[in-house]
Amino acid sequence: MSRLRRIGPMAAGLFAIPMIALADGLPQLDFANKLTTFQVVWGVVIFAILYVLASRTALPKVEAVLQERAKRIAGDLEGAKDAKARADAGIQAAADATAKARSEAQAAINAALDSSKQAAAAQSAVLNERLDKQLKEAEGQIAAARGAALAALPGVATDTAVALITRLTGAAPDPARLSGAINAAMAARGAGQ
Amino acid sequence: MAAEGHSGIDALSQFKLAPVFGQLGDTLHISQANVMMAVASALTLLLMWVGMSPRAMIPGRLQSAAEMAYETVMTLCVEQIGHEGKKFFPFVFTLFFFILFGNLMGVFPLFFTFTSHIAVTLGLSLFVFLLVTFVAIKEHGLHFFSYFVPKGVPVVLLPLMVVIEVISYLSRIISLSVRLFANMMAGHVMLEVFAGFVVMLGTAGGIFLLPAALSLSVNVVLIGFELLVASLQAYVFAILTCIYLHDAVHLH
Repeated sequence: MSRLRRIGPMAAGLFAIPMIALADGLPQLDFANKLTTFQVVWGVVIFAILYVLASRTALPKVEAVLQERAKRIAGDLEGAKDAKARADAGIQAAADATAKARSEAQAAINAALDSSKQAAAAQSAVLNERLDKQLKEAEGQIAAARGAALAALPGVATDTAVALITRLTGAAPDPARLSGAINAAMAARGAGQ
Repeated sequence: MAAEGHSGIDALSQFKLAPVFGQLGDTLHISQANVMMAVASALTLLLMWVGMSPRAMIPGRLQSAAEMAYETVMTLCVEQIGHEGKKFFPFVFTLFFFILFGNLMGVFPLFFTFTSHIAVTLGLSLFVFLLVTFVAIKEHGLHFFSYFVPKGVPVVLLPLMVVIEVISYLSRIISLSVRLFANMMAGHVMLEVFAGFVVMLGTAGGIFLLPAALSLSVNVVLIGFELLVASLQAYVFAILTCIYLHDAVHLH
């Protein structure tokens, strides 16, 4: 892929080639020079040292830090999950408590309503009873008063009639006839009595 | 890097090896390429050691870079090879960063690019080839050779196909090493050629200052391009190694 990208500059460089001192050839292919081969020998030594140091010291260090971080993140996530579970449980408990309190309050309201209804009914029963009693008493008093008034009536009528007749005739009437006439008149008037 | 030769631009002398450390290097044949290999290795280790030294739960910049380096190669291994890839992770990591730092350092002036030497890239690819073949034979024994016998091919064509498969298997050594070597060398030759233009046209002066400036801007673009190629080729080398290892572990 990058070799394709190289074609442009390569083509541009072509016209420079005559100027490049090719007479010496590529130093990279100068295998008569011992340095060319020995750079590989020393390169192997350096590469081996780098490999050993990297794999024994540098890379395990990174791995340890990354693992520690992953563990910490996992632990924190676990903790957050626990906290959320606790919060959910708390919310559930609060909701339960609210529902329970509401139902208890409703029951208390109903009980209070019932008891006050009963109390009111009992009170009104007592009141009715007392009123009935008073009514009966009053009726009894009225009847007694009426009886007394009716009983006093013949006496009053006789007295009035005696006084009238005495003034008109100058003589006292016969008490027997008078009382007979009064009784007859009262019987005619107060037939219902 | 720009060195004006007597007759033109000397674009190849930058690849010349020279002994270092005086008499000692002369005797032991240590060249600047080996110094750069050591520097690349040191940078790799420093990135990991210094980067990871805070061991922070929330990483800083350098630690993030170190962790990213680790995880990029780990992802590469696990995705390409499978879960067995973790076994090869230290090797792929070493390979990738050895090549990456070697490539990247070469972009800086006065720095030698050891990956521009076919001997070095051939050494690396040969080692990868031997490792892959060793792993394949260790995993599958003689059954490994069924890798060269493609399925569903007419019997008549089979000998031809086996020959082609074997050649294609062997050519991995060449393609892997030449790809890296050619890319790195071509880039550095281009940089040298355009830098030479800048010097030649610049000294000519007058109307030539315009193409000299143009060559300079081309080099600026090429440097950016080289950074891309340096990273890309290191990645290509590592990913191909992983793909070959996948074939070795799973036989297709």
